[in-house]
Amino acid sequence: MTDRVADFHVDFTRFLAPDGTAVAPLPGFFDDPTLRRLYGHMVLARAFDTKAIALQRTGRLGTYAPSLGQEAVAVAVGAAMVDTDVLVPSFREHGAQLVRGVTLQELFLFWAGDERGNDFAGPRQDFPVCIPVGSHAPHAAGVALAFKLRREARAAVCVFGDGATSKGDVYEAMNLAGAWTLPLVFVVANNQWAISVRRAHQTAARTLAQKAVAAGFAGEQVDGNDVVALCHALRQALDRARAGGGPHLIEALTYRLGDHTTADDASRYRDDEEVGRHWKEDPIARLRAHLTARGAWTRDDEEALLTDCAARVEAAARDAQALAPEPAAALFDHLYATLPPALAGQRAALVQAEADHA
Amino acid sequence: MPDITLVEAVNLALARAMAEDDRVIVFGEDVAVDGGVFRATDGLLARFGPDRVLDTPLSEGLFAGLAVGVAAQGFRPVAEFQFMGFMLPALDQVMNHAGRLRNRTRGRLTCPLVLRAPYGGGIHAPEHHSESFESLFAHVPGIRVVVPSSPARAYGLLLSAIRDPDPVVFLEPKRLYRARRQEVPDDGAGAPLDRCFVLRPGTDLTLVTWGAMVAETLDAAQALDREGVAAEVIDVATLKPLDTDTILASVAKTGRCVIVHEAALTAGFGAEVAARLADDGLFDLRAPVRRVAGWDTVMPYPRQERRYMPGTDRILAAARGLMEYA
Repeated sequence: MTDRVADFHVDFTRFLAPDGTAVAPLPGFFDDPTLRRLYGHMVLARAFDTKAIALQRTGRLGTYAPSLGQEAVAVAVGAAMVDTDVLVPSFREHGAQLVRGVTLQELFLFWAGDERGNDFAGPRQDFPVCIPVGSHAPHAAGVALAFKLRREARAAVCVFGDGATSKGDVYEAMNLAGAWTLPLVFVVANNQWAISVRRAHQTAARTLAQKAVAAGFAGEQVDGNDVVALCHALRQALDRARAGGGPHLIEALTYRLGDHTTADDASRYRDDEEVGRHWKEDPIARLRAHLTARGAWTRDDEEALLTDCAARVEAAARDAQALAPEPAAALFDHLYATLPPALAGQRAALVQAEADHA
Repeated sequence: MPDITLVEAVNLALARAMAEDDRVIVFGEDVAVDGGVFRATDGLLARFGPDRVLDTPLSEGLFAGLAVGVAAQGFRPVAEFQFMGFMLPALDQVMNHAGRLRNRTRGRLTCPLVLRAPYGGGIHAPEHHSESFESLFAHVPGIRVVVPSSPARAYGLLLSAIRDPDPVVFLEPKRLYRARRQEVPDDGAGAPLDRCFVLRPGTDLTLVTWGAMVAETLDAAQALDREGVAAEVIDVATLKPLDTDTILASVAKTGRCVIVHEAALTAGFGAEVAARLADDGLFDLRAPVRRVAGWDTVMPYPRQERRYMPGTDRILAAARGLMEYA
């Protein structure tokens, strides 16, 4: 005799079709000012992206990971979180960081290779960008554990890409979050490509959302280019997590319209036709079409916004570049709370070498 | 006050640290209900409750990263690894995150965590249960690597490690867990980090060692004493950052040095000590620096482990060889 002992399903949610039409009534809090604000954040995130790539191409920024096409995911994460939540990001979430109060100048500093870019004046408890893929998921579990132990109504949000779901770290963190009912929301920014390896070659799983099922909690798919659907799903998951309902996973189906990084050439592994198809899903054009149809956005609004974003990005880039590098001793001065005497000689040697060179 | 073993001293220090600071939490595999496979956390769950003593799922890389996250939130996690051989998944977290977090955020987020692991051979344990990988951790910037060698030292160093605002890898010589007892007053006094301890003064020869090999090295020093050779024994205790001054001062006096460790010879931590002597002690040396270490082989199964681990005989042979240099 055989009994079915487990069963599960994965839902997919969307409010805005690619052409901006609402396919379902928007939740109440998505009034015109809210939608305009979300739109402004996405446009600013893209303006940063454009400037960062231009700076990298002219040797004024290090290797940069663009988020072109994925702005809705990051902006929704930032917008759905409250100040007291903690973001544990991967490396394509500058949109979320901006919404949470990381400044454009700090972002430029970080990507230009200056640690001070991680010393956010705004969200002091947010983690910086994590480069080793998926290795930050256990940190998010630790942050969520701290909230739970202190009985605080706060949640952590951990964002990673589709490639990271192949990593043990991510599953291990999900497994713990489930076992300990941690206030932790996992967001998979499924942009379909882990550098050159397409999603279908990464896993045979039909969805990435279902990976949560193995860890004992629910996962869902959301249109990752629909900022409304993302915000809605994130708010629900965060409210539940803060109230003690445990973890949740949101698989945001999006697409990386640009290269993996400025050191990558995506034309080596995917054709223009595929990319062109996904441009029709562009989250920014989608929300603009929706706002325009609602009568909540005009050509003048658009021009004013673009001008404002460009000016802010230019000013921040200029300020970041004008900032003198830290003194040489900075290499040592943040290594430990107090520099161990054993390292004093090395520090002095570096400072001396610098002085001799000057 | 009854004399206690090294593993009991670890337990005593954990309890003391948890009592004095409610930010201290303990987690790992089997540390709560079971009290740890070596009973190092015995009784902590009953005394401090399930919010402060937590059994994690079986995943070492996970709970190392968990420690990073919870430490960044202001807790003082102490994570237990059952054996050092199972600690390698955590090396990613130690190297890529724990050692870097303070530096890469310019002090905004910090990592006051302790990762404890029993290391070394000599207890006839199965494969992967007898490793000595301390040099892997000693290579990582931004962390401390601390190795106690006695019950009193384990108590004091562990308290200091937990109170330290930066990450500490705390390696416990499991061969000494129950080897001998010592009076350890539970006075909350930490032992100093970042410095070596001179366990035995001498003028003819310096023996530098740490952890489990302190026992064999002291035995060798005693045997040398009977031969009219006064050996100074230094317990390094904190491998990183290394207190070179104490070692150099000793060698300035003796002119001869043997470094003893259980880990494999090549790129073992003895190489670092020898290099420091070459850098800053060369003209004090009257003889070559010798290293007595595990062979560059795989750690053998228990039937052969005595042939791998340096014994008093090998230390004595090296010391006698150096005494032939005038």
